Amino acid sequence: MVNGTGGTGEAGRALGRRVREVDVLIVGAGPAGLTAAEHLAAADCGTVEVLEREQQAGGVPRHCHHGGFGTPWTSGPRFAAARSRAATDAGAVVRTSTTVTGIPEARTVDVTGPDGLERITARALVLATGARERPRAARLVPGTRPAGILTTGELQQAVHLYGQYVGRRAVVVGTEPVAYAALDTLRRAGVTVVAQLTDLDRPQIPPLRAADARLRRTVPLLTRTTLTEVLGRGRLTGVRLRHADGRTTQVPCDTLVFTGDFVPEAELARGAGLRMDRATRGPLVDTAFRTDVPGVFAVGNVLHAAETAATAAAEGHTAAAAVRRLLAHEDRPHAFGPQLAVAPPLRWITPGRLPRDLPADDTQRFLVRAAEPLPARGGATLTVTQDGRTLHSERVRGPLRTGNSREISGSWVRDAALDGGPIHVTLAATRR
Amino acid sequence: MNAPAAEGRVTRYGPLQDSAAYDVVVIGAGVVGAGIARELARHRRVRVALVEASHDVGDGTSKANTAILHTGFDATPGTLEARLVREGHALLGAYAAECGIPVEPVGALLVAWDEDQLAALPGLAAKAARNGYEAARVVDADALYAREPHLGPGALGALAVPDESIICPFTTPLAYATQAVRAGVDLHLNSRLQHVTWAEGEGVGGHTLHTERGPLHARWLVNAAGLHADTVDRMLGRTTFTVTPRRGQLVVFDKPARALVHHILLPVPTALGKGVLVAPTVFGNVLLGPTAEDLHDKTATHSTEQGLSALHTQGARILPELLEEEVTTVYAGLRAATEEDDYRIDSWAEQRYVTVGGIRSTGLTASLAIAAHVTGLLAEAGLDLGTPTSLPPVRMPSLGERTQRPYQDPGRIAADPDYGRIVCHCERVTLGEIRDALGSTVPPASLEGLRRRTRARGGRCQGFHCGAALRDLFDGELS
Ligand SMILES: Cc1cc2nc3c(=O)[nH]c(=O)nc-3n(C[C@H](O)[C@H](O)[C@H](O)COP(=O)(O)OP(=O)(O)OC[C@H]3O[C@@H](n4cnc5c(N)ncnc54)[C@H](O)[C@@H]3O)c2cc1C
Ligand SMILES: Cc1cc2nc3c(=O)[nH]c(=O)nc-3n(C[C@H](O)[C@H](O)[C@H](O)COP(=O)(O)OP(=O)(O)OC[C@H]3O[C@@H](n4cnc5c(N)ncnc54)[C@H](O)[C@@H]3O)c2cc1C
Repeated sequence: MVNGTGGTGEAGRALGRRVREVDVLIVGAGPAGLTAAEHLAAADCGTVEVLEREQQAGGVPRHCHHGGFGTPWTSGPRFAAARSRAATDAGAVVRTSTTVTGIPEARTVDVTGPDGLERITARALVLATGARERPRAARLVPGTRPAGILTTGELQQAVHLYGQYVGRRAVVVGTEPVAYAALDTLRRAGVTVVAQLTDLDRPQIPPLRAADARLRRTVPLLTRTTLTEVLGRGRLTGVRLRHADGRTTQVPCDTLVFTGDFVPEAELARGAGLRMDRATRGPLVDTAFRTDVPGVFAVGNVLHAAETAATAAAEGHTAAAAVRRLLAHEDRPHAFGPQLAVAPPLRWITPGRLPRDLPADDTQRFLVRAAEPLPARGGATLTVTQDGRTLHSERVRGPLRTGNSREISGSWVRDAALDGGPIHVTLAATRR
Repeated sequence: MNAPAAEGRVTRYGPLQDSAAYDVVVIGAGVVGAGIARELARHRRVRVALVEASHDVGDGTSKANTAILHTGFDATPGTLEARLVREGHALLGAYAAECGIPVEPVGALLVAWDEDQLAALPGLAAKAARNGYEAARVVDADALYAREPHLGPGALGALAVPDESIICPFTTPLAYATQAVRAGVDLHLNSRLQHVTWAEGEGVGGHTLHTERGPLHARWLVNAAGLHADTVDRMLGRTTFTVTPRRGQLVVFDKPARALVHHILLPVPTALGKGVLVAPTVFGNVLLGPTAEDLHDKTATHSTEQGLSALHTQGARILPELLEEEVTTVYAGLRAATEEDDYRIDSWAEQRYVTVGGIRSTGLTASLAIAAHVTGLLAEAGLDLGTPTSLPPVRMPSLGERTQRPYQDPGRIAADPDYGRIVCHCERVTLGEIRDALGSTVPPASLEGLRRRTRARGGRCQGFHCGAALRDLFDGELS
């Protein structure tokens, strides 16, 4: 195994670390990690410890002061607090301000916290490190580098956790659901949104929600519009836009929020040498959320950037069962079946492979993500094939959007040949 | 002459109230000006001020370069630049070790992609030798790919220059300024020089420097204004050169990319600068750039669509896998090119004035040698410097990925748990380090300044996780 992200020489730094062992170690106290912890602690799996680098447990929902989390429908902070309490009540130990800095060998992590350095070895390690939005630089938006440019995550923390001044006039990039959370936060912070833009031809949320923002909140939506330049020195003064017809315009603003375009927070997983899924950019897991390294699991948005908190939590629950099975049969080597592959217009599918040593679980669902938005009209058919044999085919109703995934049934899993070739998942327009 | 105060002042606001004249005022707190101020600080009998237009040290070209500590192997033999780069390489290497400025001696490979370039390599090795650098060797394609297995296909060979190193560009001017201030130099920020008049004073006479924050008096003046060195020169009635900004845009890739490259991968030089390179950074990232664009606007430090797409094309050839990695930052710097292919360092004894111009693409490396050279010119011109003393060493924060960072240091965390509280997760910057920077001799004036001192907010998330928390700490310090 490789040392922590980019860190050579870390191996020699075991010195001065408190060396400990636990039964289950979970990295990340977001919805996924906390839910896994709750179910493992409740099932008497020995010591279950969750390590969280932030000062509070709860993950991203901590700073999402809007409704829309879980069932029953509640606000982010309440959801975070409830998940956190459930984990602790079940007997899990949740430690905050504690960062996992590397995975020097399988199931062993290096930790930094105010109490010093530790090296903790677990019988099962669960990575639940979440996702982040791509910031401006990662999107290669040219221009100057003034203050006033943020992501929704930073915006929400600035407004809801710290009550900071944001600005007066904002441009919002993106139309994934999270963009609408950004619009809400900006409104609450007294910032006028002068434009919301996307280079796609329609917003990536249900039409009602988009219409609400446009009409009731009077946020002008510019589709097929590209942000071509950031302007201003010291503080942002405006942005230059290019429209579909080649026209360019300049919009004065002092705040620019990049929303969505999530990427897994997977550097720890990669640094550990886990096999990665090139399409999702997260670790490759099977339907039991097992990575290729025995005893190491991954759940939540680190697998699929980004899905709802309920999805992340549900995976935590499912993975808990798989962790329990591992703890009961620790010496049994694990074996993987075929991998799943998608072709355009699909971008990825997760979980990315089937287990070979476990009974087929046809209750397991898969998430597929489109690379480009697909219109509702006409409909499409999703087909699952293996070695030329069709395992499954289902009608996909409604539009496919780029900011969240479509759940597909796993009913076909029992028909797959576990020693067969890769399983292809394709999408084609339905012929009428 | 006044005895220098124990520690100099760092001022950012309010009128510059100074009745007594400084012996020397250095204009421009880039790596060059700060280096000169530090060198002058060794001479206790002179009272020195460093005057800077920006709110921070190292906020011009010095913050936006490729961060290579050059050997000078490819300089034009016999030029001032060739000598000062060669000397600067050794001086800064030693200084960095003393202060804890991160340096990694990774070595460079000048990669030949066609027969012409391959044929040019022996000539470059010979030129290196004329520059006093004997260790350059031509290696064949097999040896090249053995060293750099991720290099794109089609390379024919390379010139290996084992002593080219990478260095932290941010810590270097800060170390100079910190040491200078601690030794008595006043640092006046937010003080753009607007014009200069000459006044015959009591016996000595000198310059009156009219800045945005009011006048200052100086017996001697050193112009280290970088891109604006020609403007300042004109304030003194000199028109010896004109600075043409030559922009270099760069893309920084996230840390997982570091595993793809082991050396600085240089192209075989063309007429326009050093061309596009791929180089690791001391923070564990990988740089791709710079472009070379001659411009007129000295403020044009923005990146462009064309520039970034050109880098993408070149990067795809040099290191194809690099482009699959996440980008953490894009930036651009302006080289201060002049009509001549050399530094433009001149002194006018009768005017008590030294210009340090045309410090184009090697000024970081040469900074300490330039400082020594300029101090020599001042002495020759008649400034009585007295005997130099050695300055108490400074210890700069350890920002390098290959050094022990505070979050990895059990002793430090035991002494102060704030070194175990990571605030910026991508770069693993602790609360203790942020507090140290905010309370340092030359504290930051912006979150950008805090980033250059600590790395905080300089990683892949660009503030998604820590931006608001950092601002809270920074604003808390101000109030
Ligand atoms: C602005 C915004 C609005 C959203 N709105 C909604 C909504 O309305 N409804 C909804 O259902 N979902 C919403 N989501 C998505 C929801 O927040 C995520 O689905 C959910 O948080 C994912 O849970 P997770 O546990 O996978 O990851 P996260 O919540 O991201 O948690 C990961 C945790 O791991 C920690 N961590 C990471 N690395 C380390 C390490 N090395 N050491 C220690 N700890 C580590 C992190 O600090 C973090 O606390 C929103 C997301 C954003 C960004
Ligand atoms: C793309 C690029 C890559 C480079 N790569 C390398 C490299 O790898 N290695 C290397 O050694 N060198 C490199 N360089 C060169 C190096 O960065 C410069 O030579 C060096 O930073 C110049 O320092 P300076 O102090 O002269 O200029 P600056 O850093 O620009 O400092 C000049 C200062 O003067 C101030 N100033 C200007 N006018 C006034 C005024 N009127 N009043 C008060 N203050 C004023 C400015 O605000 C500025 O802070 C590179 C340069 C570029 C652009």
